[in-house]
Amino acid sequence: MKNILLICFKEFKGYFVSPIGYAVMALFALIFGFGFYTATRDMVQMGFRAQMMGQQQPMSVNEMVIRPLLGFAGTIALFLIPMITMRLIAEEKRNGTIELLLTSPVKDIDIILGKWCGAVLLYMCTLGMSVLNIAMLFLWGKPDLKPVLVAYLGLLLQGACLLAIGTFISTTTKNQIVAGGVTFFVCLLLWLLSWFTAFGTGAFSQVINYLSIVTHMDNFSKGVVDSKDIVFYLSMIFFSLFLTQRSMESLRWRA
Amino acid sequence: MIKVEGLTKRYARTVAVDNISFEVEKGQIVGFLGPNGAGKTTTMRVLTCFLPPTSGTANVAGFDVLENPMEVKKRIGYLPETPPVYPEMEVVEYLRFTGRLKGISSADIGKKMNEVIERCALGDVSKKLIGKLSKGYRQRVGLAQAIIHNPDVLILDEPTSGLDPKQIIEIRELLKHLSGDHTIILSTHILSEVEQSCERVIIISQGKLVAIDSVANLTNRLRGSESVALEVESPNGTPNPSDVQGRLEQVSGVSRVVLKDSKNGKLAFEVESLQGRVIRAELARTVVNSGWNLSELRAVGLSLEDIFLELTSTEKKKAAPDEAPAPEGGKQ
Repeated sequence: MKNILLICFKEFKGYFVSPIGYAVMALFALIFGFGFYTATRDMVQMGFRAQMMGQQQPMSVNEMVIRPLLGFAGTIALFLIPMITMRLIAEEKRNGTIELLLTSPVKDIDIILGKWCGAVLLYMCTLGMSVLNIAMLFLWGKPDLKPVLVAYLGLLLQGACLLAIGTFISTTTKNQIVAGGVTFFVCLLLWLLSWFTAFGTGAFSQVINYLSIVTHMDNFSKGVVDSKDIVFYLSMIFFSLFLTQRSMESLRWRA
Repeated sequence: MIKVEGLTKRYARTVAVDNISFEVEKGQIVGFLGPNGAGKTTTMRVLTCFLPPTSGTANVAGFDVLENPMEVKKRIGYLPETPPVYPEMEVVEYLRFTGRLKGISSADIGKKMNEVIERCALGDVSKKLIGKLSKGYRQRVGLAQAIIHNPDVLILDEPTSGLDPKQIIEIRELLKHLSGDHTIILSTHILSEVEQSCERVIIISQGKLVAIDSVANLTNRLRGSESVALEVESPNGTPNPSDVQGRLEQVSGVSRVVLKDSKNGKLAFEVESLQGRVIRAELARTVVNSGWNLSELRAVGLSLEDIFLELTSTEKKKAAPDEAPAPEGGKQ
């Protein structure tokens, strides 16, 4: 446990001595902020219009701003996650520092968990940038808190899952660019899976649909915690980290 | 302390280490010699639990590298060929991280860091980013990392590469200082290095063990003759070459005297001794007693170098017919 934290903090700190941590957070804040601006502006305009027409329909901030926005945040994260994970192990391999880690009295799994946790920590900080925007809605409006929390939980799980996949891919190469590129395409694929099968009804499409990262996000962004989705994310994380561990082990055999 | 038996490591197509066995006693400094691609690094990587052996066993401090890697790793300090440093970290930060990684408690880490910074003379750069340091300093940071947890066994892969002569001497001193409590294996292809700092030598070539012995024994056993370069001048004009040559030939233990050069009133000779004889002292005495000045006297060629070449090249000749050619030329 001590070792996991040690590596986790080293990794987390590593993001901020290179520009990558700042770049990821700034890009996210910028794009999310733009989405936030358009979403709130549209809602306010619709509100005015509704009042002028004399309609008295209640409008929900949750439905109109927060939900689409946090869904959007998941999409942005998809693009940022390869930037976070590409260096994790590929860089150690290139620097030769992997030799230091693998010859220190630390279990392989501790190294992997530490690195993954460091990445998750940065991802959480990145999501934290969006809290600034969402908090404004709470200052001047009365949105429902619980679905927001659930959506964040969903985002966190989705991110953690993609980060685990990215960590695995990073063990397979020395080249950060390759690791980043492959991770991006894998993330993209998992995201697109739901498109291909959206209208399919066969068993095959259902399996593919189940594998899509995004379909599981839907429930969370609605504010629904479904154990099916949690199990999906957790098992994906577990499976990816297991693959990572195997891949690290194979480093020793192939070297 | 270290016991290796029948160690073989095979990569996909090549055999990197072929059935090597050796033992190292506690407190010894052992030099691991071999041409490039001989399997030095591979053997070290097996000892540090970085690579598993294909067959055979390696035992470090009483623990097997395959069965008990954690215990082995706790007891070794390893400096790989390229120092495993994070360029974006400060020296102190790096040492703190590696120290903690090797199991030093947070209460002790400060003391250990100061100790190791002093030992490796890193005081001036302790607050600098490792990426900004020169190769020599990086090497020392790598060494600091290897000794910070005071390991029983130190495994150093070419510890002096990239260092300037002064630093090499410092590292050598440091290693001498560390031996005794620590068992040290260092690999190198610089032979004088081994002669000066190691008690025992293990020579491998193309993955096979060629020789293992103490430095003195090896030199004695395999030394043909000592070869001495000698320069003589006379206070009153150039001495007569044949005269000098005659006197030198009479020194006991001398087998051959060759006049190499004669200029500016100086005569340069090369003198060879008989098998196993030490002749330098006697030569000097003879020259001086004959009224000439001795302006130079030195042993020619590092004897270990010759042994090394002889051993590794004969091995190659023997191995050549029944083995596919190695991908890299096995020469120094």
